[in-house]
Amino acid sequence: MTSVQNHPLLDPALRESALEIIARYPEGKQRSALLPMLHLVQSAEGYVTPHGVAFCAELLGITKAEVSAVATFYTMYKRRPTGDWLVSVCTNTMCGVSGGDKIFDTLKEYLGVGHNQTTPEGDITLEHAECLAACDYAPVVTVNYEFYDEMDADKTMSLVKALQNGERPQPSRGARLCTFKELSRQLAGFSEERDGVMGDGPAGAPTLAGNRVAEQYGISVPGFDPDTPIGSREQKPAEKPASAPKAASDSKPAGDGPVVQDPKGAKNA
Amino acid sequence: MTTPSKEALAKIAPVLTKRWLSPDAWKLSVYERLDGYTGLKKALKAHPDDLIQLIKDSGLRGRGGAGFPTGMKWGFIPQNDGKPHYLVVNADEGEPGTCQDLPLMMADPHSLIEGVIIASYAIRANFAAIYIRGEAIHAARRLRQAVDDARARGYLGRNILGSGFDLDVVVHSGAGAYICGEETALLDSLEGYRGQPRLRPPFPATHGLYNSPTVVNNVETIATVPYIVLGGSAWFRTMGTEKSPGTKIFSVSGRVVQPGQYECGLGVTLRQLIELCGGMKPGHNLRFWTPGGSSTPLLTDEHLDAPLDFEGMMGVGTMLGTAAVQIFSDQDCPVYATYRWIEFYHHESCGKCTPCREGNYWMKGILRRILSGQGTHADLDTLLDACDNLLGRSFCALGDGATSPVTSSIKYFKQDYLDYIEGRKAPMFSPGELVGAH
Repeated sequence: MTSVQNHPLLDPALRESALEIIARYPEGKQRSALLPMLHLVQSAEGYVTPHGVAFCAELLGITKAEVSAVATFYTMYKRRPTGDWLVSVCTNTMCGVSGGDKIFDTLKEYLGVGHNQTTPEGDITLEHAECLAACDYAPVVTVNYEFYDEMDADKTMSLVKALQNGERPQPSRGARLCTFKELSRQLAGFSEERDGVMGDGPAGAPTLAGNRVAEQYGISVPGFDPDTPIGSREQKPAEKPASAPKAASDSKPAGDGPVVQDPKGAKNA
Repeated sequence: MTTPSKEALAKIAPVLTKRWLSPDAWKLSVYERLDGYTGLKKALKAHPDDLIQLIKDSGLRGRGGAGFPTGMKWGFIPQNDGKPHYLVVNADEGEPGTCQDLPLMMADPHSLIEGVIIASYAIRANFAAIYIRGEAIHAARRLRQAVDDARARGYLGRNILGSGFDLDVVVHSGAGAYICGEETALLDSLEGYRGQPRLRPPFPATHGLYNSPTVVNNVETIATVPYIVLGGSAWFRTMGTEKSPGTKIFSVSGRVVQPGQYECGLGVTLRQLIELCGGMKPGHNLRFWTPGGSSTPLLTDEHLDAPLDFEGMMGVGTMLGTAAVQIFSDQDCPVYATYRWIEFYHHESCGKCTPCREGNYWMKGILRRILSGQGTHADLDTLLDACDNLLGRSFCALGDGATSPVTSSIKYFKQDYLDYIEGRKAPMFSPGELVGAH
């Protein structure tokens, strides 16, 4: 057990960070800092402990009951010690039918834990997640909320085994991995401090899919003139539309749409 | 792989997504080189009221699901009322199937920041918050960097570009609650409370964040603003349809050759979207789909040619929602899909109102019982009865949305339910797991 004197929540730097969070919000509205501060206490302790609740209550001048009511409402605040690696498997409908259900069952069996449970070694916490907003990459798995796209049971097993071996496999998009506690500090709203991390994670094929079609067929949006004047109430009505492109009439569907050049690139039939 | 038809190609219109092809567009210097912040410079020279009028004229409608006219929303903010005004961006993307806001904030975060500054200037807000879903840390990281960089360059802070306009922006990470995508729940969450919806009226336009006039807009809506400022409302109206102008990023997922983000003029059809995606995956035939996430009633292969715009979707008994097009095939079971969605609504119901809290609990149990081969014919009536008690009787749209997959799947795929109930289809779960379900 951590002694009271060395308790991570007593670190003056943490208190400093909490005050910085409070200062982000308008004067007198410090309670807005509660969600980020709960992330901050997770960065110190890995989950929201009674100490963490008291820490927030004291700094925000609200009761511990008020803080607990909030902490227990949100899925990302953990009430039990959480591993360095929070492995979330999306099992919402699209990921589920594309293999997410199988991935989750495989991990449950391999790790010997269920939803929202941590391995006996304490390094991995498993959960099934609701839609993670990456359906075009289904099925997805996240580790500390960083995405591993288009997964299957085998690939996910390799990922988890690598984590257990102390490796940090590069996510498909987004930054390289950091631990759950380190990540929680970013959730509290502090900027990324690791060098070169911001550029990690180029967009994958699904993100660019529409652009690629446009590129292949030479499609661009016509009629875009950045110097089109913004109409003014003070101008005479006659002057207003002078240099603007002709508006679509109210009675017909607008425009002819984008220009499609001859689809010479259609070699993929 | 099919080749898209000329009609399908005519719908593709990269406006918001254009910069995504430049891998470093998230950097301020690259964004500026790609015409970034020129819309802001232009907007700051205009009168705020003229900007509100411009957005009204453009016909831009909210991209978060409801399709409310954006300019009208801005116009509802009372001016010269002596109260602070706020802009809140709803970046709590979580509607099942929806995945366009995160790639936008990842690839082109400054376009959102630029839109935030212009919108704040128009409604006379000096504080704006971007409430981003907690799990979306990869995008939040880029947004925070963008805010820091924009501030360092004088696009944020005091006296922006010498205009006398001040603005602070905070990027606020949520903590895992779908309900916070509901605008009043989001405001409560942003104020440091449980994310539960508020009674309306009063509306956020007069009593929003900190009880002050507030505009809450979706990411895509705000990111569209700089383009309208630059290109004008008439240009914007050359895309999309008369009542649903402009482009929308369609998030296509599921059984197609290339799922992904396809920015098209509103009014594109599913047939055209599937063509753009290279056709259905080999061995899969379209069976059912959502036009805009799980809260919009399912459609089938009868609806391939219905225009995907606000009116067109209402015309076939559903909604455009978030334009999250999830495509399922004859290898997917609509009963199971519905069960998984209801499990989701059950998990995400905030518990404030009884119809949603209890209705989803019971619907989940009944659906699981049916999938376990233990369902009865009366279960279908009970499901529809539960939906009757939910739709229009829940406190917010989460409860309404939960009825969509249930009623629409029973409408189009009753036989699938009967196959489980009458024992023609093998159970998906073992009855042993059903203790207490009856």
